[in-house]
Amino acid sequence: MPDKKPISSVNDFVVRFANVNGSGSASANEMFARAILRHGVPVSPRNIFPSNIQGLPTWYEVRVTEAGHLGARGGVDMMVAMNPQTWDKDVAGIEPGGYLFYDSTKPMPSTKFRDDITVIGVPLTAITNSTYTDPRQRQLFKNIIYLGALSALLDMDPKLIEQLIGEQYKGKEKLLSSNVHALHLGRDWALQNLKCPLGLRIKKSDKVGDRIFIEGNSAAALGAVYGGATVCAWYPITPSSSVAEAFTAHCKKYRHDAETGKAKYAIVQGEDELASIGIVIGASWNGARAFTATSGPGVSLMTEFIGLSYFAEIPAVIMNIQRAGPSTGMPTRTQQCDIIACAYASHGDTKHVLLFPEDPAEAFEFAAAAFDLAERLQTTIFLMLDLDIGMNHRLCRPLKWDDSKQYDRGKVMTAEMLDEGRDFGRYLDVDGDGIPYRTYPGTHPTKGSYFTRGTSRDRYARYSEEGSVYADNMQRLVRKFETAQDLVPRPLQANAERPTKYGVIYFGSTSPAMDEAIGLLETRGHQLDRLRIRAFPFHSSVASFLAEHDFVYVVEQNRDAQLRQLIVNENGIDPVRLVPIVHYDGTPITARFIAKAIGDHQDHLKVTPLRKAVS
Amino acid sequence: MTYIAKPKFHHPGLKKNELGYTHRDYEGKISTLCAGCGHDSITASIIEACYELSIEPHRVAKISGIGCSSKTPDYFLGNSHGFNTVHGRMPSVLTGANLANRDLIYLGVSGDGDSASIGFGQFAHSIRRGVNMTYIVENNGVYGLTKGQFSATADRGSKSKKGVTNTDNAIDLVAIALQLGATFVARSFSGDKTQLVPLIAAAIGHKGASFIDVISPCIAFNNHAGSTKSFDYVREHNDAVNRLDVLVGRDPIAVDYAPGTVQMVEQHDGSRIALRKIDADYDPHDRLGAQTFLARHAAKGQIVTGLLYVDPDAEDLHAHLDTVETPLNTLEADTLCPGSAALDKFNASLR
Repeated sequence: MPDKKPISSVNDFVVRFANVNGSGSASANEMFARAILRHGVPVSPRNIFPSNIQGLPTWYEVRVTEAGHLGARGGVDMMVAMNPQTWDKDVAGIEPGGYLFYDSTKPMPSTKFRDDITVIGVPLTAITNSTYTDPRQRQLFKNIIYLGALSALLDMDPKLIEQLIGEQYKGKEKLLSSNVHALHLGRDWALQNLKCPLGLRIKKSDKVGDRIFIEGNSAAALGAVYGGATVCAWYPITPSSSVAEAFTAHCKKYRHDAETGKAKYAIVQGEDELASIGIVIGASWNGARAFTATSGPGVSLMTEFIGLSYFAEIPAVIMNIQRAGPSTGMPTRTQQCDIIACAYASHGDTKHVLLFPEDPAEAFEFAAAAFDLAERLQTTIFLMLDLDIGMNHRLCRPLKWDDSKQYDRGKVMTAEMLDEGRDFGRYLDVDGDGIPYRTYPGTHPTKGSYFTRGTSRDRYARYSEEGSVYADNMQRLVRKFETAQDLVPRPLQANAERPTKYGVIYFGSTSPAMDEAIGLLETRGHQLDRLRIRAFPFHSSVASFLAEHDFVYVVEQNRDAQLRQLIVNENGIDPVRLVPIVHYDGTPITARFIAKAIGDHQDHLKVTPLRKAVS
Repeated sequence: MTYIAKPKFHHPGLKKNELGYTHRDYEGKISTLCAGCGHDSITASIIEACYELSIEPHRVAKISGIGCSSKTPDYFLGNSHGFNTVHGRMPSVLTGANLANRDLIYLGVSGDGDSASIGFGQFAHSIRRGVNMTYIVENNGVYGLTKGQFSATADRGSKSKKGVTNTDNAIDLVAIALQLGATFVARSFSGDKTQLVPLIAAAIGHKGASFIDVISPCIAFNNHAGSTKSFDYVREHNDAVNRLDVLVGRDPIAVDYAPGTVQMVEQHDGSRIALRKIDADYDPHDRLGAQTFLARHAAKGQIVTGLLYVDPDAEDLHAHLDTVETPLNTLEADTLCPGSAALDKFNASLR
């Protein structure tokens, strides 16, 4: 018996799998997460993986959360330690009273364990080797065998796992039955040799509802399909590659002509990010909806073209799946670190529209909306995802689409309009919103053509280096950006139960951790109004929120509090009133972190918690 | 220097092409390049070729990078859309434009700095993808707009106007284009309109990646003794492998070459090229032979011009991607959006 009382918890704990990458563990681990969902219990899984293909440590963490907290929690209640390389650190990371599950085929010295945890040894290698001879089979089925053992230990319904195996190997009977066999090998061994179940248990519930389980990158790619993207140009870079790969898969399913089988899309893997954005700009200039997906280093390479898109006013959609920078940084770790780089990308005076989805459902919506915005505003739209949303399965509301929706192709002057005698000035603001009309190449034999250029030109696209002409154009671009404020998704505000002088601003993947942190802060007696920013340029409600509160915490996942900088810069407010709460070690931000940082600051301000004040 | 208007009136008796357009309909704004610039001669050849082919002027998209050469699309086809993009990045923009609307004619105009230095990668990759385009490099071996620095096509040992000798090896874009699989490869000289006009016309008719390297002396910075891209040097060292005519539609240009020396090449769009061979052994359908021929003559200091290689059955990027015949930029939500029913099914598969 351990020194400390074993943790006892139903539907609320964290299991972490420590594996070697390339060992085939990923699909078994994902099946574990899905199986819990099938019990009606929400989970939030996260892959923690190296920038490597085979041999290095990788972890898969499953937060089981009946309460539906989908942010990372921090701490590990049960470690499934399958990697000798990281054993010591893995064992050290278990919460006191937690559980260690390991392969007990080879005896381990007692010094390798801890006294305050429950150790569960299953001779996985021995079971595997006595059943299978093929080395690859041994490796793959070992994963399913530990899944079987865990199902017994955590009191899971094996039928639900069998159902998942059945769905995965539909039509492949041999694989199906051998996987089910392996599952029961592990489960039966555990039932016969161990005390099942443990203090950690899965109990059937009904908290999942109609929610879906999807990676943000796949959802964003589907948003591009629904949003009418026909050209995709990309260059492989973690963690964005799966956007283009998912777009390819979705297009194969949805975008082939029923009669001819021909593709209603074109995907080009560029030679680099320069070519990718060049292709996007060329296609958009010519009236197609086009996008690229990349990450920080790719955005750095694209900045010259982004300036062209801004100045020559060409639509473009860039999905930036952020990772930890600068330089190569930590390619497989998450951050929200490209806010400034994207908001002001390129030389000269430039500003760009940024969209901040909080989860895959919003990634889908915003991706589709990005194409309307790009064509309406004739400029670059950044969809700012990050690795945490992009590459992890996340439980979210089902994706929705309104069939009556038509694409907003923006201000496009047609041959008919030109023939009617409409005055066409490519950079002429006809109605005060700062957005000019454009024509597609090849529109009319004698009217509406113009020479697109990154150099200064007048309202009729004629080359000019006149200062007044240049300034006139730059002012119009400012007006256009003001127009954008009312077109982009608005911030969402949620007020505390009682009026408070304190507020918090957050965005993107911080959402679930923030929602959970609010609860933790309330138990400490701190009341905070919340504002989730969903886009840049900031809507006027951001300024109102700042005005209504004495102090506003800005929670973000980068070192330099980039969103805070942007708010200070764009709203001209006293920086002292904006308190940075930054998390930037590459792991996803947690509710515990936020609650502690804000709570400590509130205590420092000598705020008397409301609870105490009223009691 | 602001926009310079060009008078629109013309002589009523000006000859008209099949579509009823005169030469003037293919012109653009007044050139702002130096008087006597080779690039202006290329502009004139492009105008001539488009006129002869009876192309609707607005159905051409002119795309360029940055540099003197890249300014020229403003000086021809004034009713076409043009795009003066980013230095060295014309090929990617053209590729994207071509993907968006396969029905237009794509004319990429670039220079040696734009294509052989900063944009060498994009040049290479657009060629190897087989983008359906006519890619013209106006090659003067020098950076004109920044006043006379060597470019990557400057020959080793050639002298700059300031007397500096180039010690770097030159890139031969024609040799590279052949190696990368361009399906139409030619070289010409801006001062040889008779050769250049039909080459441009044939390249436009070619369905695939057409590349033409046009030696175009820079009269301001690279037309002195010691330069290997000067008018005098190129005239002395020019070795043409063939002369050609492009025959389109019902009004073929009379071919008066002696039988036996003329080879007819039929292209995908129905146009025919009549090749008058100067070098009797030269076979323009032999990629390997062209590479060897080029290397052998380069070693002798000769600049080989003419149609060096053509694959009349070339395929382009759209064929590789198997895209629909309808231009992608005309597709709307009814054909592009899978709709809510498909989404419901998708959602169901994720539970």
